[in-house]
Amino acid sequence: MSEIMDFRIRWGMVIDLDKCTGCGACMVACQAENNIAPQVDASNKLRSLNWLVVYRLSNGRAFPDHEVAYLPRPCMQCGKPSCVSVCPVIATDKREEGGIVSQIPPRCIGCRYCMASCPYHARYFNWYDPKWPGDLGRALTPDVSTRPRGVVEKCTFCHHRWQKAKDEAIANGRDPWDLPDGAYVTSCAEACPNGAITFGDLKNPKHKVHELSQSPYAFRLLERLGTDPQVYYLSRREWVRRKGDNYLEDEPTAGTRRG
Amino acid sequence: MDYSKPLDAALFPEDCPRCSLTRFMMWLGALSLLLLFGLYAAVRVLGWGLGETGMDDYFGFGLWITFDLAVIALGAGAFFTGLLRYILNIDELKNIVNLAAVIGFLCYTGAMLILVLDIGQPIRCWFGYWYANVHSMLTEVIFCITCYCIVLIIEYVPLVLENRQLAKSRFVSALAHNFHLIMPLFAGIGAFLSTFHQGSLGGMYGVLFGRPYAFRDGFFIWPWTFFLFILSAISSGPMFTVLVCTLMEKMSGRRLVTWDVKQLMGKIGGVMLVIYTVFKLLDTWAWATGILPRVGMTFDQMFHGMIYGKWLMAAELLFIVVPAVCLLMPSLRRNPAVFYTMLILTCVSVTLNRYLQTVQTLAVPVMPFDSWYTYAPNWAEWGACILVFAYAAIVLSLSYRYLPMFPQEASLNKDR
Repeated sequence: MSEIMDFRIRWGMVIDLDKCTGCGACMVACQAENNIAPQVDASNKLRSLNWLVVYRLSNGRAFPDHEVAYLPRPCMQCGKPSCVSVCPVIATDKREEGGIVSQIPPRCIGCRYCMASCPYHARYFNWYDPKWPGDLGRALTPDVSTRPRGVVEKCTFCHHRWQKAKDEAIANGRDPWDLPDGAYVTSCAEACPNGAITFGDLKNPKHKVHELSQSPYAFRLLERLGTDPQVYYLSRREWVRRKGDNYLEDEPTAGTRRG
Repeated sequence: MDYSKPLDAALFPEDCPRCSLTRFMMWLGALSLLLLFGLYAAVRVLGWGLGETGMDDYFGFGLWITFDLAVIALGAGAFFTGLLRYILNIDELKNIVNLAAVIGFLCYTGAMLILVLDIGQPIRCWFGYWYANVHSMLTEVIFCITCYCIVLIIEYVPLVLENRQLAKSRFVSALAHNFHLIMPLFAGIGAFLSTFHQGSLGGMYGVLFGRPYAFRDGFFIWPWTFFLFILSAISSGPMFTVLVCTLMEKMSGRRLVTWDVKQLMGKIGGVMLVIYTVFKLLDTWAWATGILPRVGMTFDQMFHGMIYGKWLMAAELLFIVVPAVCLLMPSLRRNPAVFYTMLILTCVSVTLNRYLQTVQTLAVPVMPFDSWYTYAPNWAEWGACILVFAYAAIVLSLSYRYLPMFPQEASLNKDR
């Protein structure tokens, strides 16, 4: 089993669940940015390709105490990814500065072992060939390769945007390895109308996510499994934080954990 | 020409009469219909993609992986019987080792066939060798299964060469003889390869630290599913071989192997089953009381409703405990009804184990806000399994008709 991998830069996301209204703009932005083909019939949600999915959380109580929260779930870009060590052909890896778990579609053989290993269901399979009807093909993002049927894909934290940000920094004579806050953001963070998604380098004190991730209200999904995700969530509501992990009945909700 | 004998009688093994060619062709015809249905399913999957199956993003593994794991476990009779016969020199097993090798060959080639359908990009199947990830259990499985498949072909070829007409050629006869001389070497290689990939198949699940149903760690060498899979395979493999042999006896109306040989196979499988049962029970206890609470989950959370209910695990455990006891007690083991029932129960338990490791593992929602979803294989998945069944039945039928698989057959049926 792989051990936790650390890098000088650790791109991460902090999602404020108290700000998220579940509008789904992040999902749409992600689909458009990353060339995810529209589906003829997307009624089967277990076959719908979305790199980022918004889950609905409920506190399970009856009215008037009923509360809901919405939880956008991108790839967690785990520090110890369950998917990387299992891939038989190294089609997914975590070795690049920034700590983004890569996915190489032309390498993938479509065995789906990575999907079986991921407890977040962050990985998706191309069950059919993607099709862009009419002129939709013209709207494809040129920096993102399309994927054929039979391969697995997942959120890459809009890795191509990081490449662009680095290129821009080099062109302007700045250090590409010390990007200012906001120079590289994912499409979902950019699209969120409420500013619920903040993106940046978790290790860089100049980046907002650094401070946000250390909030007493911050938590990560399924931390007890030891995956060390690079996505943090914020909520002042204890029941929401408790939904972030599995607890035995008598166990208290965990406080902030740092990776 | 003796017109009282079937047209192809010259190809039959010495002193082993077979049914008429017409009857045999009708049987092959029926199997071919199944084969054609399976081929249609395979063409649909290869041509249109895996969207033709009932799998989805929650159940990326389904019937096919369960089927593969089950037939690979049940086909373990080949390597284990080979090991006992050629390396440990248990001479009586020579009477059933040919059948074990053929079953192993069919199980493994069948599994490979399903795997070709199951991977999304079959044309990239060689990537497993070219871009091998040495940390992945699946890499080890790919290496060992393909290599072991070659070993099984090598073990099957001499049997083909022993066909009465082929053996008339001096070259073929000498070749078959030399194959036999080197067979202990291949039995050894087969045992090595098969042990490792049986183990790695178990390890594939045991390393899934994101899936509490499957994950196993914290004790000596882990994941210990590695050893459980080996033990369950060498328990059920010999038993499956006996069951197939008995089925062939019922269908052909001829005795093929003595009761003593079957009893010996059952006893060997039974001893292995006792060891497996002890470790499996310990494993279940350690998992329920150690691993699950550590990740904040309970035994109850691993099951849901009827389709994913606890009865599945109860059946799995019951079907190894009872046979383990019965097969070790000579008085019970010698009773044919009890004997065959216990063999069937063991094979069912091992198949159930592979199903639970595959489907239940994926069904259990790990994120607390996630839900249980159900998986049901569709016609294309069943069709591919039927394809393998039909292929195996055809090859086994041809092998039985034309190859000297059972050294005892002629003497056991002298009076008939």
